[in-house]
Amino acid sequence: MVARSTIPAGDFRTSYAADTTIFPTRTSRNFAIAGVILLCFAPQAFSEYWLSVAIQIGIFAIAALGLNILVGFTGQISIGQAGFFLLGAFTSAYINNTYAIPVFFAIPLAGVITALVGLVFGLPAARLKGLYLVIATLAAQYILLDFFSRAEWFSGGSVPASANPFSIFGYTLRGDRQYFYVVLAYVLVCYLLVTNLMRTRDGRALIAIRDHYLSAEIMGINLTKYRTLSFGLAAFFAGIAGALYAHYQLVISQEGFGIERSILFLAMIIIGGTGSIMGTLMGTAFVVLLPESMEWLSHNLKGSSIDKALALNNNITFLREIAIGMIIIAFLMFEPDGLAHRWRQIKTYWKLYPFSH
Amino acid sequence: MNTSFLLQLLVNGLVVGTLYGVVAMSFVLIYKATQVVNFAQGELLLIGAWVCWLMLTKYQVPFWVGMPLTLVFMFAFGIAVQVVILRPMIGEPIISVIMVTIGLSTVFQAALKWMFGVNPQPFPPVFASKAVDLFGLQIQTVYVMSLVVSVLMMLGMAWFFKVSKYGLAMRATAFNQQVAQSLGISVKNVFAMAWAISATVSAVAGVVVAVVNGVSSGLSAYGIKVFPAAILGGLDSVGGAVLGGIIIGLLENVAQYVDSQYLHWGNLYEIAPFYVLIIILMIKPYGLFGTKDIERI
Repeated sequence: MVARSTIPAGDFRTSYAADTTIFPTRTSRNFAIAGVILLCFAPQAFSEYWLSVAIQIGIFAIAALGLNILVGFTGQISIGQAGFFLLGAFTSAYINNTYAIPVFFAIPLAGVITALVGLVFGLPAARLKGLYLVIATLAAQYILLDFFSRAEWFSGGSVPASANPFSIFGYTLRGDRQYFYVVLAYVLVCYLLVTNLMRTRDGRALIAIRDHYLSAEIMGINLTKYRTLSFGLAAFFAGIAGALYAHYQLVISQEGFGIERSILFLAMIIIGGTGSIMGTLMGTAFVVLLPESMEWLSHNLKGSSIDKALALNNNITFLREIAIGMIIIAFLMFEPDGLAHRWRQIKTYWKLYPFSH
Repeated sequence: MNTSFLLQLLVNGLVVGTLYGVVAMSFVLIYKATQVVNFAQGELLLIGAWVCWLMLTKYQVPFWVGMPLTLVFMFAFGIAVQVVILRPMIGEPIISVIMVTIGLSTVFQAALKWMFGVNPQPFPPVFASKAVDLFGLQIQTVYVMSLVVSVLMMLGMAWFFKVSKYGLAMRATAFNQQVAQSLGISVKNVFAMAWAISATVSAVAGVVVAVVNGVSSGLSAYGIKVFPAAILGGLDSVGGAVLGGIIIGLLENVAQYVDSQYLHWGNLYEIAPFYVLIIILMIKPYGLFGTKDIERI
C-alpha cells in the first residue's frame, strides 16, 4: 500500500493489519487531521472567489475519484463520466422538486440511481475487455445527453432545470461559505470510503483484475461481477458529484458537459496518477487551477508582442484545450504515474536530505 | 408513404455510409496493425479537409494539384504522429495508448479551431454541373464522385492487402508481431506505414465530405460514427468495417425517415447509431466478421 521509502527505518510491520493502515506513521495521520481542521477555517480565510474554486475542486474530485476506481484500479476506461455527472445533477434536482425528498437525502439517492443507470450501460461491456467499455461509455455519453435534451419532464429540455439549495433540519445553507462545509464533508467521506474499499477483499480483487484479468479469474475472482461493480461505483461517485454540483449552482444545463468534459475527468486522474487516491485530488486541483493560471498569464501578457502575434486573449478557450491535451499526452509519455509519484519522490528526497545516497 | 423522399434518403445513406466505411476501414487498419484504438481518426479526416481547403482557397491551387499535395502531406503527417507520439508508447498498457489518442484528438480539435476559426467554410466548387440524372433520380455530382472515390479506395485497399509486399507485411504483423519480426519484417516501419495510410485514406474521405458539405469542425463527428460501424463489422475486419459503415449510413437515414414521418422525436438521425452500438455490444460483441478472442496464457 505505502511506498517503502516513506516508512522510517527500523519500522517493521509484523501484522497484515499494520501493513494496510491508511497512514504509515502517527505523524502522517496527525498531519492529515490537522489539514482537515485547517480546511474547516478556509471559509473565513479565503475570498469568495477562491472559495468557489475550492468547491469546484472538491466536487470534481469526487467524480474523478469514481473514474479512478474504474481506470486506475480496475483497468477499464470510461469516456462517459460527464454524462453520469449530469444524470446525477438532474436526478437529484428532479426527485427533490417532484417528490419533495429533502436535498440531504436526494444527493445520495441520486448517486444510487445514477449507479443503476450506469450498470445498464456497463453490463454488456463488463463481460468484455476494456476496449469495448470505452466504446460503450462513448455511446452512453451521447445517449444520455440526447435524453436530457429531449426529456422536458425530467431535465427541462432546452431550458435549464432549477435545483433547490441544500437544507438540513429546516435550515437552508446559502452562499459559498456554508456550502463549502457540505462539499468538504462529502469529499472526506468519499475519499475515506474508497481508501477503505481498496484495503478490503473487494478492492484487492479489482486490482488483481487490472494487473492480469485472466490470472484473477483463475484465482476465483468473478470478473463480470467485479467489473460491473467498479463501473457502478464510478457512476455512483459521478452521480454524487453531479448532485452536489446541482445544489451548488442551483441551475443545471447540459452546456459544457459533452465529451470534452469526460476527457477532462480522464485528464484529472492521468495527471494525478491512475490508481492513486490522493493523486486524484492533486490532479483535479491541477486541472481546475490550470485555466485560472492561464487566465492570469494571458492577462499579464496583454499588449505584449507575444499576445499580438498569437491573439491569446481571443483564443484562450482553444489554448486551454490544447494545453489539456498536451498535458495528458506528456504525462502519459513521461510521468505515467502522475503527480502522486512525483510527490512520493519529493518526500523521499527530503527524508534522506542531505545524504540522499 | 413518401417514396421519393425515402429513396432520396436511401441514396444519401448509401453515399454517407460508404464514406463511413472508408473512415472505419482506416480506423480498423490502425487497430489491426498496431492494436491502438484511434480516437483521433475524425481529426485526421478534419486535418485533411482543412489542408485541402487552405490550398484551394488561399493559394488558389487547382483541385487536381491540391488533392495529391494534401495526400502527400497527410502521409507525412501520419508518419510523424506515429514516430513522435505513439512510438514511445509501444509496450505501455493498452489503456494508456488509448488515452494518448484521446489527448491527441483534443489537441488537434482545439488547434484546428484556433487556426481556422469555428465557422464552417464553403469549399470551392469542383465540378461544373451540379447534378446528374441517373434513372430519373436527380443526384448531385459530388455524391457520384464520393461514391466512385470510396469504391476506388476500397478496391485499392483490397489490392494492397492481397498482392503488394507491404500489405502482406502488414497482415503478417497484425497476425503476430514476433513471428513477423523474425521473418525480417520491420515492425516499426509497418506501424508507421499503418498510420500514414490511415491518415491518407481518412484525408480523402475528409476532402470528399468537405466538397459536399463544406469544412467545419463538425466533420470530426465522422470519427465518432466510426465506432458503431467498426463494432458492427467486427473490430478487426477491414471488409466488415466497410459493410458496417454502409449499414450505419443507411440506418441513420432510415431513422430520419421514420422520425420525420411517424415519430417526430427529432434528432434521431444523430443518436440512432449509438443505440445500435449498445445493442450490438450486448448480443454480438465481436461484430459480424470479427474474430473472437481466444487467449493463451
